[in-house]
Amino acid sequence: MFKLSEKILLLCVGEAGDTVQFAEYIQKNVQLYKMRNGYELSPSAAANFTRKNLADYLRSRTPYHVNLLLAGYDDTDGPGLYYMDYLSSLAKAPFAAHGYGAYLTLSILDRYYRPDLSRDEAVDLLKKCVEELNKRFILNLPSFTVRLIDKEGIHDLEKLTLGAK
Amino acid sequence: MAHGTTTLAFMFQGGVMAAADTRSSCSGLVACPASQKILPIHSHLVGLTSGTSADCALWKRILARELRLYQLRHGRRLSTSGAAKLLSHMLHPFKGTELCVAATLCGWDGGEKMNLSGPRLFYVCSDGTRLRGMLFSVGSGSPYAYSILDQGVHWGLTVDEAKSIAREAVYRATYRDAYSGNCVDMYHITSKGWTRRNREDLKEEYYREKERRKHEKTERRDVAFSD
Repeated sequence: MFKLSEKILLLCVGEAGDTVQFAEYIQKNVQLYKMRNGYELSPSAAANFTRKNLADYLRSRTPYHVNLLLAGYDDTDGPGLYYMDYLSSLAKAPFAAHGYGAYLTLSILDRYYRPDLSRDEAVDLLKKCVEELNKRFILNLPSFTVRLIDKEGIHDLEKLTLGAK
Repeated sequence: MAHGTTTLAFMFQGGVMAAADTRSSCSGLVACPASQKILPIHSHLVGLTSGTSADCALWKRILARELRLYQLRHGRRLSTSGAAKLLSHMLHPFKGTELCVAATLCGWDGGEKMNLSGPRLFYVCSDGTRLRGMLFSVGSGSPYAYSILDQGVHWGLTVDEAKSIAREAVYRATYRDAYSGNCVDMYHITSKGWTRRNREDLKEEYYREKERRKHEKTERRDVAFSD
């Protein structure tokens, strides 16, 4: 998870090295925008900026093989989640997942997600997803970092360690 | 990335202990039985190399040059974390080529703040990985080394205990892995800098153990017969 600004987080998975290099590049450029212009990029603008960079590198000699989720809170538009993949597609979605875990968790999210979930209900939904992963996923993933973004900014919630023995 | 070598390093209360074997292999034969896989970069930073020997030697020298320039320009040494980041960024343009460098940087950062100074251990790889940790082992012999180290390494080790477990881990790896062998090099990094232990031929250790086992077997046999 990379903190792009006070209210935007970038989650980045993919090839070793590419993830950190690309995510840090985006992170520093978003911070540079703030320094030059005096205000922060909105989540939607940051997502489109990230997608453009991915697209530019896609047909070069050195494409970045990374899958991204950009989560942010816009003071005018409210919360937003943007799904991007290594082919530089971009989609705004109410919920999203990358990786093999997505096959297991997306249907749970489809079934139980509502736009008017409370914070506790949302954490419970996340716990349901992690429990399913612990049950059916081939890799043992003992611990998950959880963060929440709202109009006050980014908050660290308690780590989910449902898989650890 | 696994290449014909065993290198390991771990942090403990007495600093950082680094050990490596000395065998350089080249498609099935031993090209050099006495190569140096632990290269000092400056007085408080040592690098363990794994991958292509030539690539590692070159990039170590480049890193040493850049760190020295930083020191001259800014009047202070770059931290181990910074050195690892510098190496990682220098290797990134070569991603996708045949360049193969897997380096473990072991250093001691000086400084006034408590949480910013002390021993540091970083693993940098030419595929772009940069990881900070308390214990790393790299190379084809690393699984064997990990199993020995995971049993005995903890923060409270004394310097002698750390030396003996590092030596034992390299010895076990050279026993099982064909591409690791010959001698073991050990470096110990403290706040005063690195110190090098004399290179030890593991052949002696192998024969000593063989004698011990033979001795134990005859003892056991005598006990069995006496019952």
